[in-house]
Amino acid sequence: MKHHAISVQDLNLYYGDKHALKDIKIDIEEKSVTALIGPSGCGKSTFLRTLNRMNDLISGVKISGVINVHDQNIYDNEVEVEMLRKQIGMVFQAPNPFPKSIYDNVAYGPRIHGMRNKNELDQIVEKSLRGAALWDEVKDRLKDRATGLSGGQQQRLCIARALAVEPEILLMDEPTSALDPISTAKIEELVQELKQNYTIVIVTHNMQQAARISDKTAFFLNGDLIEYNDTDTLFSNPEDQKTEDYITGRFG
Amino acid sequence: MATQDTFEGKNTSSLSDESAFQKGSARVTYRRFKNKSAHALFLGATLIGVVILAILLYDIFQRGLPYLNSDFIQNFASRRPSQAGIQAALWGSIWVIAVTAPLTFVIGVASAIYLEEYSQKGFLYRFIQLSIGNLAGVPSIVFGMLGLTIFVRQLALGRSVLAGALTMTLLILPIVIVSAREAIASVPNALRHASLAMGATRWQTIRQVVLPYSLPGILTGTILALSRAIGETAPLIMVGAVTYVAFNPTSLMDEFTVLPIQIYNWMGQPKEEFQYLAAAGIIVLLAILLSMNAIAIYLRNKFQR
Repeated sequence: MKHHAISVQDLNLYYGDKHALKDIKIDIEEKSVTALIGPSGCGKSTFLRTLNRMNDLISGVKISGVINVHDQNIYDNEVEVEMLRKQIGMVFQAPNPFPKSIYDNVAYGPRIHGMRNKNELDQIVEKSLRGAALWDEVKDRLKDRATGLSGGQQQRLCIARALAVEPEILLMDEPTSALDPISTAKIEELVQELKQNYTIVIVTHNMQQAARISDKTAFFLNGDLIEYNDTDTLFSNPEDQKTEDYITGRFG
Repeated sequence: MATQDTFEGKNTSSLSDESAFQKGSARVTYRRFKNKSAHALFLGATLIGVVILAILLYDIFQRGLPYLNSDFIQNFASRRPSQAGIQAALWGSIWVIAVTAPLTFVIGVASAIYLEEYSQKGFLYRFIQLSIGNLAGVPSIVFGMLGLTIFVRQLALGRSVLAGALTMTLLILPIVIVSAREAIASVPNALRHASLAMGATRWQTIRQVVLPYSLPGILTGTILALSRAIGETAPLIMVGAVTYVAFNPTSLMDEFTVLPIQIYNWMGQPKEEFQYLAAAGIIVLLAILLSMNAIAIYLRNKFQR
């Protein structure tokens, strides 16, 4: 039995008057891949962003409920959001490397958290780039601009950048939706390796992708968590009619 | 190669088959005529500005160039045209800009950062934004009166370099804020989010990501605003920049004059030679403005990705 990395209870979220997440209750297992699927606007990305409090940046968002990470509610007043986000990293939909060198991109996180030692930074950069399966491709041009890399390389750089602050949990918001099939396959492969050491929550539009890479899948619809189960079970034998309709392509 | 051949072959055969592609079709001729007329009209409109500028420059250079020499740069103002020069005005302009530049840069960028990065985008934000936009359009003479009331009289700075520079700061601050805000707003949100999602604070994100990205735009806007300040006359007349100064400012509290005022003064002189001196002064002023614009363009290209 695996431990729960994240435990969510009675989570409600409002954008102004819009009730975007309704009574969400979900436990996310440690060192596994959890996929969030559902049609556009169902709340899956919104839910993902509640996990590292990126929704705090949007004005007019109201959140109630409990999200426990290590038995600590991350919405408690005493929680330092900077440290929370260090622990729960994020990879975005479109690759968003800084217009800096490859090295400086990866070293960015450790630096803002106070690391100045050149040797330690060098080690972290190499380790993170290796972790994101990018080291061999860029080790000879770490000083080059990151924006000169291909889309797939940029996205792996963004993963390396997120790994550099040594998070426990990695949130991925449709990380392959802007990439070609070959780059997508590399990222999917990478996700399989990363789950040895990290808890991964991934939002995807692509049901085949969810089926390929995830251990558990959660299906969202109109702000409700309709079904949450082992990926194999959810795709082969869904309990809810709406889940079945969605995964068989009847809507969405 | 092979595909191209087939393509061309196909094209030729259809040309000979279809007479619709041949020249002389009345409708196409008329449409093309309209297109050419529009082309000519817009070219003419563009040329008006260029031609007038060329005439102006020719006139000024023809009159001023013979008077532009090292004596002209080094001499102070004088009643005798042969001994009159712009040293005091040139140094006055430099003093004013040297004080105005850092003040507007620091205050302007700080305001822009506050508005774009920290403030809630509510009623107050929109009100401040609207006010700054309006201030950027207020005639400069109004800022002159403001400077006269506040700096010269209330704060008793007198007709000093400092009073002039502070007035200039107020005048161009709205322009600097607006352009800095635009530069900061052009930074993609994805970059801010990437930084914040790693646990950076707002300020770290601004310092490490937002400012480096927007610096070329901010610098360009600031330099262009400063070059406007260098050419301004009206507010400094109000604040009391003097027209006849025979010394360089040595402190912020000294009296001063600036290039545009010196030029304006010479233009009003009855002796014809002073007109030529004014033209020479304009050449110097233009040279300064052009080099500042060149610096702005250089900075933009240097930092552009």
